[in-house]
Amino acid sequence: MLAWTIYISFLGALALMLPRLPAKAARGIALLAAIAGFTVTISQLLRSPSGAMTTIVHRSWVPSLGIEYHLAADGISLLLVLLTGIVAIAGVLFSWNIEHRSKEFFALYLALIGGVYGVFLSADLFLLFVFYEIAIIPKYFLIAIWGSTQREYAAMKLALYSLVGSAMVLVVLIAAYVVAGAKTMNLLALSQFQFPLHFQMWAFPLTFIGFGILAGLWPFHTWAPTGHVAAPTAASMLLAGVVMKLGAYGCLRVAMALFPHGLDSWGFSVLGLASWRDVFSLLAVIGIVYGALVALVQQDFKFVIGYSSVSHMGFVLLGLMTLSRIGLTGAVLQMFSHGVLAGLLFAVVGRMVYDRTHTRDLAALSRMHLNKAIPFAAVTFVIAAIASIGMPGFSGFVAELQILIGAWSAFPIYVLAAGIGIAISVAYTWRAMQKAFFSDAGPEATAPTLPPISTPERLGAALLIFASLTIGLYPQLLLNLVIPALNSPLFDGLRKGHWQ
Amino acid sequence: MTAVSYTALFHLLLPEVIVIVTALLVLAADLLISRTAQSRTRFTTGSVLSAIGCIGAITLILSDPQQANVFNGTLVISSETKLVQIAILILTVFIVVLSIESSFTSHVGEYFAVTLFATTGMMLLVSSENVLLIFLSLELLSLSLYVLAAFNKRSSHSAEAALKYFLFGGMSAAFLLFGLSLLYGLSNSTNLVQIARAIKSPPLDPLLAVAIVMIVLGFGFKVAAVPFHFWAPDVYEGAPANSASLIASSAKVAGFVIFYQVMIVGFAGAEGSGDWRSYAPGWVPVVAVVAALSMFLGNLVAIRQTSVRRLLAYSAIAQAGYILLGLVSHTEQSFGALLYYAVTYALTVIGAFGVISIVEEQLGGEKLSDFAGLSRRAPVLSFCMLIFMLSLAGIPPLAGFFGKFFLFASTLSAGQHMLGLLWLVVLAIAMSTVSLYYYLQVLKRIYIAEPPSEAKPIQVPLISQLTLCAIALSILVLGCAPDLFLKWLHQPIRIAHF
Amino acid sequence: MRVFPFLSVLTAVPLIGAITILVLGDKRKNRARILAFAFSFIALALTLILWHRFNSASGELQFQELHAWIPSLGAEYRLGIDGLGLVMLLLSALVVTMSIAASRQIRERERLYFSLVLFLQAGLFGTFTALNFFHWFLFWELSLIPAFFLIQLWGGPRRASAATQFLVYTMVGSIALLLAFLALFHCTGTFDFPRLSELARDGQLVPALAAHLAWHRFTPEQIALLIFAGVFLGFAVKVPLIPFHTWLPSTYAEAPTATTMLLTGAMSKMGVYGFLRIVLPIFSPQLRSMLTVLLWLAVCTIVLSAFAALAQKDLKRIFAYSSINHLGYCMLGIFAAASLTGNSVALTTTKIAALDGVILQMFNHGLTASALFWFVALLEARSGGLRDLNDFGGLRRVVPIFTGLMGIALFSSLGLPGLNGFIGEFLIFRGVFPLATWAASLALIGLLVTAIFVLTILQRVFSGPLNERWSNMPDLTAADRLALVSPIVLMFALGLFPQLILGIINSTVMRLVQQVRY
Repeated sequence: MLAWTIYISFLGALALMLPRLPAKAARGIALLAAIAGFTVTISQLLRSPSGAMTTIVHRSWVPSLGIEYHLAADGISLLLVLLTGIVAIAGVLFSWNIEHRSKEFFALYLALIGGVYGVFLSADLFLLFVFYEIAIIPKYFLIAIWGSTQREYAAMKLALYSLVGSAMVLVVLIAAYVVAGAKTMNLLALSQFQFPLHFQMWAFPLTFIGFGILAGLWPFHTWAPTGHVAAPTAASMLLAGVVMKLGAYGCLRVAMALFPHGLDSWGFSVLGLASWRDVFSLLAVIGIVYGALVALVQQDFKFVIGYSSVSHMGFVLLGLMTLSRIGLTGAVLQMFSHGVLAGLLFAVVGRMVYDRTHTRDLAALSRMHLNKAIPFAAVTFVIAAIASIGMPGFSGFVAELQILIGAWSAFPIYVLAAGIGIAISVAYTWRAMQKAFFSDAGPEATAPTLPPISTPERLGAALLIFASLTIGLYPQLLLNLVIPALNSPLFDGLRKGHWQ
Repeated sequence: MTAVSYTALFHLLLPEVIVIVTALLVLAADLLISRTAQSRTRFTTGSVLSAIGCIGAITLILSDPQQANVFNGTLVISSETKLVQIAILILTVFIVVLSIESSFTSHVGEYFAVTLFATTGMMLLVSSENVLLIFLSLELLSLSLYVLAAFNKRSSHSAEAALKYFLFGGMSAAFLLFGLSLLYGLSNSTNLVQIARAIKSPPLDPLLAVAIVMIVLGFGFKVAAVPFHFWAPDVYEGAPANSASLIASSAKVAGFVIFYQVMIVGFAGAEGSGDWRSYAPGWVPVVAVVAALSMFLGNLVAIRQTSVRRLLAYSAIAQAGYILLGLVSHTEQSFGALLYYAVTYALTVIGAFGVISIVEEQLGGEKLSDFAGLSRRAPVLSFCMLIFMLSLAGIPPLAGFFGKFFLFASTLSAGQHMLGLLWLVVLAIAMSTVSLYYYLQVLKRIYIAEPPSEAKPIQVPLISQLTLCAIALSILVLGCAPDLFLKWLHQPIRIAHF
Repeated sequence: MRVFPFLSVLTAVPLIGAITILVLGDKRKNRARILAFAFSFIALALTLILWHRFNSASGELQFQELHAWIPSLGAEYRLGIDGLGLVMLLLSALVVTMSIAASRQIRERERLYFSLVLFLQAGLFGTFTALNFFHWFLFWELSLIPAFFLIQLWGGPRRASAATQFLVYTMVGSIALLLAFLALFHCTGTFDFPRLSELARDGQLVPALAAHLAWHRFTPEQIALLIFAGVFLGFAVKVPLIPFHTWLPSTYAEAPTATTMLLTGAMSKMGVYGFLRIVLPIFSPQLRSMLTVLLWLAVCTIVLSAFAALAQKDLKRIFAYSSINHLGYCMLGIFAAASLTGNSVALTTTKIAALDGVILQMFNHGLTASALFWFVALLEARSGGLRDLNDFGGLRRVVPIFTGLMGIALFSSLGLPGLNGFIGEFLIFRGVFPLATWAASLALIGLLVTAIFVLTILQRVFSGPLNERWSNMPDLTAADRLALVSPIVLMFALGLFPQLILGIINSTVMRLVQQVRY
C-alpha cells in the first residue's frame, strides 16, 4: 500500500511530460500527486501504527544476483515518509507561482519525491541505491534551470558531491555484497552477516562519509549552502528538508546497521580520537558550532538558513553517534523536525521575501519595513525562528533534548559545545530576523509596496507550522513509531555492541 | 576433427550467407532499379532490404538448434556464439534503419553492402577458435570499416579519419599477426585450445610475453583502449554518423568478445593475477593496466571536449576500460557482465549517434553549442538523448548502471583473494563519477541553455524518432528488468567451454 | 470523583483570551483593551477563588494534576501549588491587570499587544504551577517570546538592542539550565521536582550523578557543583544577580512602561521563584558549599545596585536598579537560609523568618514596583515622554493627588513601616542577622542608599521650585484615581496586616526549611 507513494509520484511525473497538457494544470496535478502520497501515508499510519518492520512488496528482481524488489517500512521509514509527504505538499503550494517551464518543473519535482520515497521504503540495498541515485538528476535540473545565484555552478557542485558520496557507498555496497557471499542484497540478511572486523573498519567510515556528504557532515558540507541558496524555493525546501535526511537515513540504515563494529575502538588513539565514533561525533559537533558561527556573519538571508541547516544536521549526526536508544530516537525526531522547519524557513526567505523584494541582502531588506509590508511573512518567520532555536512547544526541542541526554554520558564536552551552538543559533536567528523584518533603518516612505501573501503560501505555512507544533506538544505520536523500530533485528549488531 | 560435407557447412554458415546475399541484392537493386530515384527512396529501399536480410538471419539462427565444431575449431556454433551473433545483427538493424534519413553519399547501395559485409565479418569473428579465421574475419571487418569511414566523399574530415584509421589499423593488424604467428611457433597449432595446452607452463616464456603484448596491442586497437586509442577521436569526429555508429557499437561488441575468447581460451594458464596483494605475471596484469589507463585517460580528457562526437570518442575509450574489467576477472559471471554491458553500451551509442546525425543535418554542426535549447525545439529527441547520456554515466534505473554494477560485482568476486581487484573497481567507480560531469555538459546545453533566437523548429523524421524511442525504451527496460537479458546469458555461458 | 482541573483552567484562560483578542479585537479601537481587561479580571477572580479554597494550614501541594505526556522521556503534565505558588499566582494576576490598566499609551497594533501580554500571563501561570521540568521549561521559555516582542515592537529608540540583549542573556541562562537538567535526568531518570528534592534530601543525588557521569578528572562533589552551576546561571540571569544583570537597565528603560511593569512585577520573580522551588530543595548542599561567595554576590547586588540607582537620572533606570536592589534582599534571605544550622530550634525559626520575608518581599516588591512604573507611565503621558529627574520640579503644586499617591508608593519602596515594603525587608534582616551577620550588616548600606535616592526623587520631581513647563499639567483623572486606589489600599493593607500573605505561606516555608535542614 505504501508503495503507492512511489508509484503515484512517478506516474504524476510521467503525466506531466505529456505534450498536450496545459501548463496551468501542471501545478494542480502535482498538488494532487503530493496529497495522494501523503494520504496513503496517513491511512497507513492510522491503520497500523506499529513501529516494527512490515513488508510491503517482495518480488524477485535479478535472481542470479540475489537482488530483490523488496519494499518494507518500519517506524523510522514511516516517519520519514510522512515528512516527505508534508514537505512535498508544502513545496508545491509554495511553487504555485512558477510560470517558466512549469510542466517540466513539476515533473522533475515529482520524480525527485518519488526517488526519495523509494529510498525510505527500500529493504534491499541495491534498490535503495538505485532510488538514491535516481534522486540526483532531478536535483541537478531543478537548480540549474529555475535557480538563482550561480545556479549552474551550484547545480553541478551538488550533483558531483552527491555522486562522489554515492560512489563511495557503491564501492562498499559491492564489496559487502561480495564478501557476504554474493547471494543477497537484503538489508536484514546483510545486517546479520558477520563481516570480518578489518573489513568493517574501512567499510563503515567509507559508507558513513559517503552518506554523510549528503547529510552535511563537516567538512564535506560545502555543497549545501551554495546549493540551497541557488535552488528555487521548492527545491531548497526539499533539499534541506528531505534530501539531507536521505544521507542521515543512509548513515543509520546502512552504515550503522550493517557495520556496527566499525564503531569499535581502534586500540590506539590519534589526537585523542580512538575510534570512528569519536571522529564522527567530533565532526558532528564541529558542524554544529561551525555552521552556527558562519551563519552569524552572513549578509545574505538565504545563506543564513543554509548554514543553519548544516548546524542542525550536526545535531542529527551527533545523536546517531551517541549509540544510545534515547540519542538515536532524538536523532530521528530531529530529522523530522528540521525537515519541517527548514522547509518553512526556506519558504519564507525564498518565496515570501525574495520573490517579492528580489533581494536577499540583509542590509537592503532592513530598509523595507517588512513587518508592516508583509506581516504574515514576519509572523511566520518569527514562529519558524522560535521553533528552530529549540523553543519548547515545537518539535525541535524534544529532539534536541533527547540528543543531548544521550550525549551526556558519551561525550559530555560535546554537550557543552552543543549548548554553545544553540546559544549562537539564537544569536544568528535573531540577528537575521531583526535585520530582515524588524529594522527601522530606512525611512518608511521609501519602503516598497509588495504583493500580499497568497492563499497557497498561507496554506503551506500553516501546514508546516501545524506539523511542528503538533509534534512539539505531543511527540508521543512519532516516538511510538521510532522506539519500536529501534528494537528491530536490523539493529541487532548495534545493540549488542553498544547500547546503553 | 570432424569431416564435414560442403552442404552441411553451407547449412551451418547459412546466416552469414543470407547476410552476404542481402548485401549483393541491395547492391543490385540500387544499381539496377533505383539509380535514378530520389536519395531518400534509395536509402529507404536499401535499408529495408538490409533489415529484412538481417532479420531473416536472426530467425534462422533462432530456429536452428544445432551446435557444431567444425574443422578443429575453425567454425564453432554454440549457444554463446549464436547469442552474440543475434545481438550484432539486431544492432545492425538499428543502424540501418537509422540511416534512412541520411544524405551523406550518393553511393547508397555500396554503403549498405559494405555495412553488411562488415556484419558478416563480425559474425564470423565471434564464431571461430582458429587464429587464422579470426584474423581473416578481423581483416574483413576492418577493411569494411575503413571504407565506411571514408564514405562521405564531400568531407575532408571523412577522408582524413579513414586514412588515420587505416594506417593505425594496418599497423595494429601487423602486430596482431606477428603475435599470432609467435603463438603458432610456440605451439605448432592454430587452434586456440591446442595453443593453450601447449604453452601452459610457468614461468612465463619471454617469447610468450612478447606474444601477449602484441596480441593485446592488436585487440586493444580494435576496442580503442589506451594506449592504442589515438585513432578513436578523429574517426568518431570525421566519419559519417552512421559509419561512426557502426564502428562504435557492433564492431566494439565483436572486438570485445573475440578479445575475451582469445585471451581466455588461448592463453588459459598464463593469466597471472592482478590482485594487489598477490601479483603474478601474465596477461591479466597487462590488461588490468590497460583498463586502468583507459578509464583514467578517457574520462579526464573527455571533460575538456567541446565537440560531442569527440566527447563520445573519449567516453568510448573510458567505457572500453570498464568493459575490460570483465576480461581482467575472467569468470563466468564476468563474461555475462561483459556481454550485457557491451551490448547495452552499443545500443546507447547507436542512439546517441542517431541524435547527433539529426542535429548535424538540421543544425549544421555537432558542437556542444549546437545543442543549445534542443529540449524546447525537439522534446522527444532530447528526452532520448537524456536517456542515452544518463545510461552512459551509469545512473539508475538505466541499463548502464546495472551493467556497471554487474561488472564491478563480478570483478570483486573474482580472484583467489576476496576483493583482490578492489583497487581497479575503486578506480572505475571514481572515474565513472567524474564522467557524469561531461555527460551533464551535453544535457546542460540541451535542457538548460536557451535556444538561439532565430532558431527554426527542427523536423525530426518520424522513422528516426520511432527508432530512437525504441532504443531508449529498451535501455530503460533492460535497466529496470535486466533479467530479461540475463536469463538468456546464463545457459549459453555455462555451456561454453571456458 | 474527578477533581476540577483548576490550575489548567487558570492557565488556559489567558491563552484563550490571547487568541480571542487576535481574532476579535480589531473591530473598534478599544475592543482589544476591553477584552484584555475582561480576561485578566477572570484570571484574577479565579486566583481569588483558588485562595479561598486553599488550605493554608497544610504545607503540602494542592490542586495537583498529573497526566503522562512523553513516558519515554519522563515528561509529565504535572501541576500543583503550595503557598509559594499561590502567592505567585496572585501576584501575577494582579500585576497583569495593573499593567493592562496602565497601557493607555499603546496606540498601534493593540490587538497584538494585548494578546502578547496575555500570552505572557499564561507563561507566568504555567511556570508557577508546573512541577515537572519539561512542563515547567515549556512555560518558562514561553514567557520569553512575548516579552521580547513587547519590547521590540513598542519600545523606545534603542529597543532593538535592548530586546536582543534581553533575549540572548536569558536564553544563554536557559540553555545552561536545560543542559544541567538533562544531566540530572540522565542520572536519575526523572524530571519531577518533588521527586528530585526527595532524592537530594535522602542524599542520593550526588551518588547518582557520580555513577552516571563518571568523569575521571572530577570528584562527585565537583560534578554536582558543575550541574549546580548550570542551574544557578539560568536563574541568576533572571533575578538578576550582579554580575549577570547588565541586560536589565536598558531593557527596563526601553520597554514600554506598561511592559516594564510586567517585567519587574512578575517576570523578575520567576528567577527568585526558581531559586525557592528548584535550587534550594535540590541543591542546598551545593549552595552551602559556596555560601560565602553567594552571600558576597547578594551583598554586592544590594549595595552596588543601590549606588547605581543613585547615579541615574532617568526615572525608569532608577527604578530598574532599585528592582535589582530589592530582589537582592530576597537572594540574601535565600542564601542565608541554606546555611548549616544543625538542630537548633531558634535558628530554624530564623530561617523560617528569612524565607517568609523573601516571599513577602517578592509580593510586595511586585506590587510596589509595578505601581511605581505605573506612575512613571502616567507622568510620561503628561510630559510627552520625558522622564528625566532634571526635567521636573515642584510638581506637587500642580498635581497634588498624583504626588500624594506616588509618594506613598515611593515610601513603600523605601521601606517605611506601616507600608508593605517594610515587613518583607524586616523579616529578611531578622532572619539573616543571626545566620550571616556580616552580610546583613553590609546590606544595611543598601537600605541607606535606597532612602537617599527615593528622597532625591521626591525632592527633585515634586518639591522645590515649579518648573514652568508643567504649570498646566493635568492631575489624575477620575478613572486613574479609581484604578490606582486598589494598589495603594493593598500597600496599606499589607503593611498593617502582613498576615494576609504570611498566613498562606507559613506552612509551606516550614516544610521547605525542614527539607533544607540536614
